[in-house]
Amino acid sequence: MFEFILPPAILMIAGAVLIGVARPALRPLIALATPLITLYAIWQVPDGVQLTATFLGYEVQFVEGSDLRRLFATVFAIMGFGGALFAFRQSKWWELSAALMYAAGAIGVSFAGDLIVMFLFWELMALFSTVVVWCGGTERARAAGIRYAIIHLVGGIVLKIGIEGLIIHTGSPEIRALTLGNFDTWMIFIGVLINAAAPPISVWLADAYPESSPMGGVFLSAFTTKTAVLALIMLFPGTELLVWLGLIMIFYGIIWALLENDMRRILSYSIVNQVGFMVVGVGIGTELALNGAAAHAFAHIIYKGLLFMSAGAVLYQTGVRKCSNLGGLFRTMPLTTVCGTIGALAISAFPWTSGFISKSMISSGAAYEHMALVWYLLVAASAGVFLHAGIKFPWFVFFQKDSGLRPPEAPWNMRAAMIFFSIICIGLGVFPGLLYSLLPYPVDYKPYTPDHVLSQLQLLLFAGLAFFVMLPMMKRTLTITLDFDYFYRRMIPKIAGFIDRSLASARDRTIEAVLSGGSRAITQVRVQSYRFFSSRSPMGQMAIWMAVLLAVIVLMAFSRG
Amino acid sequence: MSQSPLPQNPEKQPDHDHWLVRPKTIRLLWWIFGAILALTVAGQFFVHFHTYFGVDGWFGFYALYGFLTCVGMVVGAKLLGFLLKRPDDYYFRETELAPSQLTDKVRTEEGGKDV
Repeated sequence: MFEFILPPAILMIAGAVLIGVARPALRPLIALATPLITLYAIWQVPDGVQLTATFLGYEVQFVEGSDLRRLFATVFAIMGFGGALFAFRQSKWWELSAALMYAAGAIGVSFAGDLIVMFLFWELMALFSTVVVWCGGTERARAAGIRYAIIHLVGGIVLKIGIEGLIIHTGSPEIRALTLGNFDTWMIFIGVLINAAAPPISVWLADAYPESSPMGGVFLSAFTTKTAVLALIMLFPGTELLVWLGLIMIFYGIIWALLENDMRRILSYSIVNQVGFMVVGVGIGTELALNGAAAHAFAHIIYKGLLFMSAGAVLYQTGVRKCSNLGGLFRTMPLTTVCGTIGALAISAFPWTSGFISKSMISSGAAYEHMALVWYLLVAASAGVFLHAGIKFPWFVFFQKDSGLRPPEAPWNMRAAMIFFSIICIGLGVFPGLLYSLLPYPVDYKPYTPDHVLSQLQLLLFAGLAFFVMLPMMKRTLTITLDFDYFYRRMIPKIAGFIDRSLASARDRTIEAVLSGGSRAITQVRVQSYRFFSSRSPMGQMAIWMAVLLAVIVLMAFSRG
Repeated sequence: MSQSPLPQNPEKQPDHDHWLVRPKTIRLLWWIFGAILALTVAGQFFVHFHTYFGVDGWFGFYALYGFLTCVGMVVGAKLLGFLLKRPDDYYFRETELAPSQLTDKVRTEEGGKDV
């Protein structure tokens, strides 16, 4: 029964390498074909462990199939194709190649049968996502990429400590549901949560992603946080702490996105917000909620990719990234406006979009478990998503005031990618069965009941009313908002600098004191030598000094002996 | 980034601007929006809402709750903003520690232009 299975991740890596060595004319073709071939391979992976290998003396499970794993790998491959379509004419080949390597890491994690393989692909993602950030090509991108890499390498080390501890203490690297109870599982938990952008270290996402190129942001939005969600579903389903962490992520995302001025940073904060919904779903841990988390990850990757595409198209065409300098672009970029708005409606879970059929599973999951507080907060958060991403993003970028910018519509391949993803967003919303049939647990859930649709419309439209009523308070300002990165970009350097400067000046003062004191003493001895070495000094004094000298010598002799 | 010089806005008078931003259209849109809002609330006469926890079964709960929580979030964000907002170039200003080299490079890149 062990037929030969070509690991999908290896196919993707091969394609990424091939881009580098191929003739320039062939590169776009390879970039577009690789995700499709990988997608085919993903659907060929049957359930159960398919491929094992020996690594460092361990029998590792290189490929293991299940509904959940195929679901995530499928959306990662679709994202790889959509991103490549959006980018292949504009990106440099190394950006495409790095992006596909990054996608390969995500697909590898999806199929990893044990923690060792998972860790290897986890690090592959960390490395190549950093390269994608650097492909932004600016000084800011370079600096942000280094900060990003440091966080992910530290997160990787934490994860590795946990995995090694677990292997030593239980003897098995198998991926299975763990309970938080000892050092090892906590380390794995923290390592995974760092990649999920959980608090307090959420800011790496909003710090690094907006510095990438207009094309790179599309890839970055998809993989890292969602593989972390997959890892949480497999490793920590039903961990109650996740519900509260997820709720913090949700509201952190909303508040910081409301304050933000940079359009792609708004979208980055809203990634944290959306991943928060998934983390809550994992924390609730019922079949419905886990289905919801998985479905929401799928839907989210597509509509967030679409939002990053529309923002990328605007950035590519205008070079402007701040909302305060944008506006009125619907005149000359109508297609980008429509597609961006579709993405914005989908993220807001408007009926007949993909967000509606997935997010409602999570909040229903809370309702069926009688988690009243969680449910009320999730409903408020759904309104808040419409506020910060559903209206704010399209309003400030495409409408609001006339910025005077009249950029032409985006290039054809960017438009094609946006149309492709818009179709998926609406298609999944209208035909939820398409997505529900791929979910890990059997689905007995009806999203389209009259009361559900109407209550969601009430909620969202009145949230929209609140937006326009409060518009004067939301005027964009040329500001950034302090976040956790303040601690490592300003406060710790400040403290370190203070200690450094204090020590340096203490050292200088000591040296100066010793030198000046010593030279003063020598001068004294030279100038007033008669007081110390004079023949006129009394005999008694001489005798005392001789005695003192002898005493010192005796003491030294004793202390040495 | 493709940098063709972007043509500036040729229309200055509001009446000659795009039909979507004329005051007349905007007034009309507000009316339509208001009508839809009223409809979604009125629809509750005909559709029975499933109640999970009690309060959520009240008439117009979702409308009121959506509106009020959003106002709350905007006000909350605004208040937090007073505490946490900093000038745009906060991290690129010279400090005693930030290497001025970096600051200069970023400044040169941006060249006084918005990016």
